[in-house]
Amino acid sequence: MQPDDAHSKHSHPNYLLIWGILLALLVVSIIGPMVGNLTVLLITAFGIAVVKAVMVGAYFMHLNIERRYIWYLLLMCVLFLAVLFAGVAPDVMKKEGTNWQNVSGPAPVEAAHDAHAPAHH
Amino acid sequence: MSATPFQIPIATRRSATGIPTGRLALWWVVASEIVIFGGLLVCYILYRLHHPEWAAEAAHTKLAAGALNTFVLLTSSLFVVLAHQAINDKQPDKAVRYLWYTIAGGLVFLMVKAFEYTTEISHGFTITKGVFWSFYYLATGLHATHVIAGMISMAVVASGVRKGVHLQRVEYVGIYWHFVDMVWLFLFPLFYIASGAS
Repeated sequence: MQPDDAHSKHSHPNYLLIWGILLALLVVSIIGPMVGNLTVLLITAFGIAVVKAVMVGAYFMHLNIERRYIWYLLLMCVLFLAVLFAGVAPDVMKKEGTNWQNVSGPAPVEAAHDAHAPAHH
Repeated sequence: MSATPFQIPIATRRSATGIPTGRLALWWVVASEIVIFGGLLVCYILYRLHHPEWAAEAAHTKLAAGALNTFVLLTSSLFVVLAHQAINDKQPDKAVRYLWYTIAGGLVFLMVKAFEYTTEISHGFTITKGVFWSFYYLATGLHATHVIAGMISMAVVASGVRKGVHLQRVEYVGIYWHFVDMVWLFLFPLFYIASGAS
């Protein structure tokens, strides 16, 4: 390994502290749904998942000292995922549009809703 | 590469990027895995948004088991990064120990997952039960396969480090393991926590 390599020269952060923070965030993400609020649930579940992933990437995978080339490489793949979502989402999620209507899609959803609905007495 | 102990890790360097070839290759693996797992999870999210009734299906996954596995993977990630630190500090024996701790973490993860699968299947929640369960078994099964691959790779790397060769591979296998950990960080809320998001 050449001496200019940041990975062999950098000082290691306090990994135990980072691990402790990650575990604390895990606890918050588990407690979140108990609040009973959808917004809180989404933030504590998915917002914290993103924060944890960023921390693992930055400190454990050392992306914070990695060359920009790697960042471009990874972000390009994430961009592809965003394109996939944006391209497919209208077909999957919309029930109707200009000159078209999805007549078969809603039926199984409604049937499943009925199946899971509490019985009325 | 010679087998001299405590030798500074050596890898052929790509002149265009200034990154050792092995590490660059590993990052390309991670990039391709982002598309594989990401594509699967994006499809799941699309369906999940369209099927609020899946909340009832997701309620049957075991939150405690998922949380335990998240703890296990985060802890194993700590071990593998400590192995990398030990290599940089020229302590290969310590690195080998941490690598085996990481492998043990992977084993615990798989045991918990096997317990989950057994319980779910015995209750009738098989891969053919519905689209939610198809996604569940495909995503978690693909992830478990990656855990197994990581454990095998780590055993090979630990064997090399014990002999004093290919020390740089500790960092590479660590990057892979952290990515596997990162994927689970998203699988956990999607399949275990979001059961109440209808």
